[in-house]
Amino acid sequence: MAKWILRLVALAYLLFLLILPIGLIGWRTFADGLAPVIESLTSEEALHAMRVTVEVAIWAVVLNTVFGVGAAILLVRREFPGKRLLNALIDLPLAVSPVVVGLALILAYGKYSTVGGWLETAGIQVIFSVPGMVLATVFVSLPLVVRAIVPVLEQMGDDQEQAARTLGAGGWATFRRITVPGIRGALGYGIVLCLARALGEYGAVAVVSGKIVGETQTLTLFVEERYLNYEVLTAFAAASLLALVAVATLLITRVLRPKEGN
Amino acid sequence: MTATLDRTAAPGATKAPGSARVRGPKSPGLGLGLAVLYLSLIVLFPLAAVAWRGVEGGPQAFWSAVTTPDSWAALKLTLGASALVAIINVVMGTVIAWVLVRDRFWGKGVVDALIDLPFALPTIVAGLVLLALYGVTSPLHVNLAYTRAGVVVALLFVTLPFVVRTVQPVLQELDRDMEQAAYSLGAGPGLTFRRIILPNLVPAMVSGAGLAFTRAIAEFGSTVLLSGNLPFQTQVAAVNIFGRIEGDDTASAAAVSTALLVVSFLVLVVLDLLQRWGSRRG
Amino acid sequence: MAIEVRDVSKSFGSTPVLKDVSVDITSGSLTALLGPSGGGKSTLLRVIAGLETPDAGTVTISGVDATRLSPQRRNVGFVFQHYAAFKHMSVFRNVAFGLEIRKRPKAEIRKRVDELLQLVHLEQFRDRYPAQLSGGQRQRMALARALAVEPEVLLLDEPFGALDAQVRKELRTWLRRLHDEVHVTTVFVTHDQEEAMDVSDSIVVLADGQVQQAGTPQQLYDEPASPFVMSFLGPVTRLDGRLVRPHDIDIATSPEPGTVEATVNRIVHLGFEVRVELQARSAAEDPEDVWVQVTRGTAEGLRLRTGDTVHLRAIPSALSLTV
Repeated sequence: MAKWILRLVALAYLLFLLILPIGLIGWRTFADGLAPVIESLTSEEALHAMRVTVEVAIWAVVLNTVFGVGAAILLVRREFPGKRLLNALIDLPLAVSPVVVGLALILAYGKYSTVGGWLETAGIQVIFSVPGMVLATVFVSLPLVVRAIVPVLEQMGDDQEQAARTLGAGGWATFRRITVPGIRGALGYGIVLCLARALGEYGAVAVVSGKIVGETQTLTLFVEERYLNYEVLTAFAAASLLALVAVATLLITRVLRPKEGN
Repeated sequence: MTATLDRTAAPGATKAPGSARVRGPKSPGLGLGLAVLYLSLIVLFPLAAVAWRGVEGGPQAFWSAVTTPDSWAALKLTLGASALVAIINVVMGTVIAWVLVRDRFWGKGVVDALIDLPFALPTIVAGLVLLALYGVTSPLHVNLAYTRAGVVVALLFVTLPFVVRTVQPVLQELDRDMEQAAYSLGAGPGLTFRRIILPNLVPAMVSGAGLAFTRAIAEFGSTVLLSGNLPFQTQVAAVNIFGRIEGDDTASAAAVSTALLVVSFLVLVVLDLLQRWGSRRG
Repeated sequence: MAIEVRDVSKSFGSTPVLKDVSVDITSGSLTALLGPSGGGKSTLLRVIAGLETPDAGTVTISGVDATRLSPQRRNVGFVFQHYAAFKHMSVFRNVAFGLEIRKRPKAEIRKRVDELLQLVHLEQFRDRYPAQLSGGQRQRMALARALAVEPEVLLLDEPFGALDAQVRKELRTWLRRLHDEVHVTTVFVTHDQEEAMDVSDSIVVLADGQVQQAGTPQQLYDEPASPFVMSFLGPVTRLDGRLVRPHDIDIATSPEPGTVEATVNRIVHLGFEVRVELQARSAAEDPEDVWVQVTRGTAEGLRLRTGDTVHLRAIPSALSLTV
């Protein structure tokens, strides 16, 4: 009896909090068939927003992947004073509100800040343009690749790397031929998580982008703007697209997630 | 997150001993410098700028910015709603974890996979999705738009995975022999749960609730559409900060941000201490 | 000399692991580094390979000072205790790795790897992955991989440690035979004296980070430099305050000059060998437990029973050390 009640409570909670809302968006979006959806997603602004989103996300993923692999190797394979501090700092972005991230970047790199002033003189605009959006996205997704790789690197040990060294492989060859294949699954997992987070970032980008339609508008900002302009179907269509990306992420990470005892 | 900061040893202070040829296999070298530079440029320097801007006018200016009626109301609502959300998550998250581990039913795999969806879904989409079901046009005739209940629902949505995903593995690892031993000693299911299972789950429940709480007080995107941002009523702290940034009042935005950051860090430090204390007890 | 280790010291943190260790390894020899665990033998092997940097001292390989050379420039073959198989590569690719790094032509690599796989009897497993091999097969693959680059020296860290007893014995014989075929200078680490005596033609005993003694197995067994080496290289027992091999003790039924009276506590029949456990009462010492190893024939001749009083004496040629 208790078993049935618990099952009912858990499933009802999930139904009303998660499944019905998301299902409703899908249903509303595709109620009139595919044609209006395609039409609303192929407008010039929508396509531009997608391009900006993808551009920013790719930059963020590339930067965080390079950093993530390097930092993970440092944390697992090297000894140095201050290692615990570095470890803690890497998780810091998870505790910061996206809006605060945006504000932080404006205060650090906006044109009224010292550094922003120098950059402005050098002809580089960070805030209200793509570099600032990349910084914001990098900030919020920074720990994901590191945290995906660290446990696998730990579990793998450095035996194989040492064996490669004794067989004549240099540092780079060892990294490329032994380390990378060893962490491939975890690296893929981390990259997918980072990509999903980057494609879907809203708050931090909302602050630093200035929400300039047709210029710095990403897909999440596009969803908001269309909804506030009463273009509900377009907003729903773009939201459904983003939700599809999220579901795809879940499916891919389920496959890639490093399994225990493997 | 490790909360105890080892300030005596700045990471930048280490130098790779020797030349490249004899570089020991354990020396961090150039890589460490680059990693610290990257973190500094993207995370540390900007956050320091917020803290600096927040307190540069002195403690009085900071305090008066934080206690401006609308900001104060927003902070109170945020902390209150986040605490409520953490408590609901402890109960519902544990129930869901329990059902996912101990129960068997058709489609359980799908349900298990769905739990992570709030992490993967952009927050603005989460807000929109909830507004579709619980907004003015609600097919269930439940209108939570522009209400505090709406804020709580939005926060519940985005924090759903935390408690489930911390309790679930503990429940999976839990030794069933322990329960059977309790039954064999004459304890009923209720007593066994209270005396045997629950004490083992508490650390995971607390840590999941703490993470959900920090996530909730930082939340922005999902509440933007659903809450309507009515000052003194439904405006959460992040939205309040956003409004101040839009109004070019970065000083008071930074002050409220600093207050929010301090609360998050305190929660994380307490969680870390609890975890250490727990692991020392074994 | 293939390897000369001079005055090498190494500490991990504040714990000294090697203290002024000097070792010479002759070209073409098969040398065992023998000692209890924690004695520093694995660390010495890793210093020779360049996997650890010594705090002081030098390592010379084939006349070249290698102390500051990184492992990839030393041209040593190293076989790790747990094999360190490249999990994502087939057996063939594992063995070919060193040759691929050296950018040898494809045809040559294929020929050499196939030869080596034949040598280690893995030719039919060339396309398998390490996960599909048994422990012994993985060990042989690791050996072939180390040999592929024609190393100056072959270093093996507890090569049979992770294998079960039967496979261990087989691989031991096989390693000895392989060494006779390939003639590469080989150093292996072991904590098993029987293994060291069986396989090697010279043994270095390491304990507490210091070389206790080096020599041929015969020398070490017959002329141990210290009670420690004597007790590590074979069974010992104490008689009249001296360390003696248990097979070097005579049991007599009547007292004679120089004998020590003893009571038989237990007789254990181990097939051909009989182990007699006694309590000896010499004039000078407190009662002490002694055990004597005799053949079944001797034991039957003496008609020993538990509780009998007998008289013990080390045989004239016996090696004995004062403790």
